Parts: sequence; C-alpha cells; structure tokens
Amino acid sequence: MAAGNTTTTHLTRRRIRSIAAALLCATALQLAAPADAADEYRTVTVADPYIEMHSGPGRGYPVFHVVDRGESVEIIKQRADWFLVRAGRGKEGWVKQEQMNRTLQPDGNTFSVPRPSIEDFTNAKWELGVLAGDFDGANIVSLYGSYSLNPHVSVELWGSQILGNFSDGWMASANIVHETWPEWRVSPFFTMGAGIIRTEPKTTIIQPEDRTDEIGHVGAGFRIYITRRFLFRAEFKSYVVFTSRDENEEVEEWKAGFAYFF
Amino acid sequence: MESRIRILFLIAAIVSLSGCAATKSLFGFGGRDEPPPSAEPPGQVIDPQVERREIREPRIDRENWEIGAFGGVMSIEDFGTDAVYGVRLAYHLTEGFFVETTVGTARAGLSSFEVLSGGARLMSESERDFIYYNLNVGYNILPGEVFIGEGRAFNSSLYLIAGLGSTRFAGDDRFTVNVGLGYRFLITDSIALHVDFRDHLYDIDVIGEEKTAQNPEGHLGFTVFF
Repeated sequence: MAAGNTTTTHLTRRRIRSIAAALLCATALQLAAPADAADEYRTVTVADPYIEMHSGPGRGYPVFHVVDRGESVEIIKQRADWFLVRAGRGKEGWVKQEQMNRTLQPDGNTFSVPRPSIEDFTNAKWELGVLAGDFDGANIVSLYGSYSLNPHVSVELWGSQILGNFSDGWMASANIVHETWPEWRVSPFFTMGAGIIRTEPKTTIIQPEDRTDEIGHVGAGFRIYITRRFLFRAEFKSYVVFTSRDENEEVEEWKAGFAYFF
Repeated sequence: MESRIRILFLIAAIVSLSGCAATKSLFGFGGRDEPPPSAEPPGQVIDPQVERREIREPRIDRENWEIGAFGGVMSIEDFGTDAVYGVRLAYHLTEGFFVETTVGTARAGLSSFEVLSGGARLMSESERDFIYYNLNVGYNILPGEVFIGEGRAFNSSLYLIAGLGSTRFAGDDRFTVNVGLGYRFLITDSIALHVDFRDHLYDIDVIGEEKTAQNPEGHLGFTVFF
C-alpha cells in the first residue's frame, strides 16, 4: 500500500510538472505570435454625442479621450463588461458596454452583445458547477456537469472528493434531475441516481483497508439564477451505501455552490 | 328565440355577401381606404440595381480567461520552508469578481523533532510531497494604475481571494481553506505579473494531537489573458 502511495504521489508530481511545462510552452507560443489576432477587427460608428475611453477596464479608471459622433472605432477585445477600442490616430482605450451598445454597425443596426437572461437559465443545455458542503460530518467538494434533455429533465455526472477526520475518499455518480418549474428564478428540483464511493481510512488510524462500494441516492434542492450565466445551487441528498457488510450505510449530504450554464 | 337566431344568421349571410357595399360600410368592414383607380398606368417602379454588400463581421476577441504559472516559497508548519510552484487558471466574471483555481506542489523538510531525535522519521519520503489544489473566488479590491517614469502607465490591481480545496500531505488528503492577497501588474493588456501571499489552513495530527496548521505561501507568477 505504501508503495502504491509512493507511485501515485510521484505520478501526480510529475503530472503537475508536465502541465506547468506545457503551460509555459503555450504562453511562449502566444507571445511569439501576437500578430495573428491583429488582422481584422469589427468596426462600429459612434451614434451618441460621444463615447468615453477609459485608461483601464474597471471602475475608477479616468476618461482620457472621447470619440465624437460619426467617428468609427475598431473593437480589439472584450473583457467582462469592457471593450478595448482603437480610434483615429491609434488611440486605444476601454469603453463600457452600455456606451458600446449605443454605437452602430456598418449595416446600420445597433451594436449589441447578447446578454444572457433568465430565459437562457431555463433553456440552457449545459451546466458546469462546483459545490461544497457536509457529507456525514466530513467535508465534501464536488464538481458536476449537466446536460438538459428538455427544460424539465437533465442528466448529470458528479465527481466528489470527501475529506473527513477519519477517512478520505472519492465518489462518482450519475443522476437524473427533474425541475418542475424551470422558468422560475428559484427553481426547485428532485434528483435520484447511483454511483460508486471509494473510502480510504487515514494513515494515522488503524482500520480495515480501502474499500469501494456502490451507492444509490435521492435528493432535492433548488437552483437560483443570479446573473449572466451564473446560478447558485443548494441541495440535500440521502445516500445508501451498499456495503459488503451485513448492514447498508445511510449517509446524508448537504451542499451548496455555484454553476455556469451555456 | 328562434327568430333571433334567424336574424343572426341573416346578418351573417348579408355580411358575407361581398357585393353589398352598403352593408359592408355599415358594419365597418371592407375597402373604405381603397384609393380610387388611377386613370393612367403606374409609372416605372424603381428597380434597385444596387448589390447588397456582404458584411462579414469579425468575431470579437473575448479575453476573460487568465492562465499562468507561479513559483515561490511556502512554509509548511513544523516542516520548514521550501520552494513551491504551480499553475493558475482564472475566469473574470465582472470587472471586480473572478473565480480561480490553483494547483501547486512543494516538498516538506524535517520537523525539529526529526532533526533532534536523530534517525526517527514521522513519514516516508514520498509522504513529504505536498500537493494542493484550490477553488477560489477573488475580488479586485483596489484597481489602479502604476506610473513608471514620465510617460508610462500600467494597469494594476490589488485583489483578495478566498476558497477551499484539498492538500495531499503526510499520506492523506486534507480539506484546506485558503485566503490571500495578491497584486496583479499588467505589462500589456494581455500579460500580467502577479505577487501573491496566501495562507493554507488544514487540520493535521501528524505531530501529536490534532491542530489547525497554518501554511503561508508567497509566490511570483505570470499569466496570459486569452
């Protein structure tokens, strides 16, 4: 078992090292080839009396230049709610989305970046989230991905790490979720599913060896639309662990977290 | 009753008779707005010969992700200070908030107990590998600009982070909470330098009784927005 641990840790270290190396290579490549993005930008014309160019993409950055009505600007990039634009004579600055939304595209239509709304929350196909909470006294950190078959029914895959005082473990499960009122901002749901749980007792505790068991669960919770593509999710699940011993274990889990839908 | 129904049918029949102009205007239907038929045939209708310009809109480059690597020093409680390095991935939600995940690794040295006792070892060599991951929420609390010399200004931001994750150390995974303060210095609009100070807290019982260990870390990193 100690030997197994050694290899795993070494593998993990090596993996982190290779990820770091790959990242460095990727960033070096990106630095070496900055020209490819510089070829073509979207151009819009100012329709308001003027738009303000700020020195940075955030609150408080001062206005250092204004672009008058009728002049056009190139959109170089977008970061959160700010656009880096280039005006005449190569002046570059950040413009807030509200002002950009009142500029005109070459075809005469208003420039607008679609902003996700509660309808997207109801109709989104995919969802990715992180939740944390309590799993029978232990801490649990979970990552999940969800795919909606229709606004009411979706299927989910979960991976969780359980960090307790006496044992650690992993859990993987698949479940089906039913939302009765998916168009509500606070949308309740019911869920059931099955999976496996791996329990590894702490090294300082003398206990039987690691074990893997099957689990089944039912649960309920709610999803709350916050803003843009984000939602808050809180849920309760009741697990049955089908152990190899005489009695099955029952475990209660409470957790909450955030998710992103797209 | 019967006669009323008959009257209704009659009215319906009259209305549906297209020839009866008087009934039509009585009930408000029909072509009252019809222009009188013009005596001369309509003139040449302008046939637009302009070709519609095909406008292909280039996509806007969205740069909300930030990826990079870092290296620094980390003090592992009871086990000395050692080099730490890792990778970072962040997503900027708004101008203020971002979410971030970091993965880092360090190697624990000997505790004073192990040094003083001579040969005794609390854990194997492989268990000294310290690996952590964290999922954090960050907030740019003090965005600003830095001036270098007369004509150069760089954007920067002081941010706070807090989050949770797990640390593998001394043979076990430990639930870890981390909080920190960082400084982001943007060399260009897409490349940033970071200086971070973070504290990783977890419960550990390797040396005697269980306690909450503080593991402060300071690192220097660089990231690219994409």
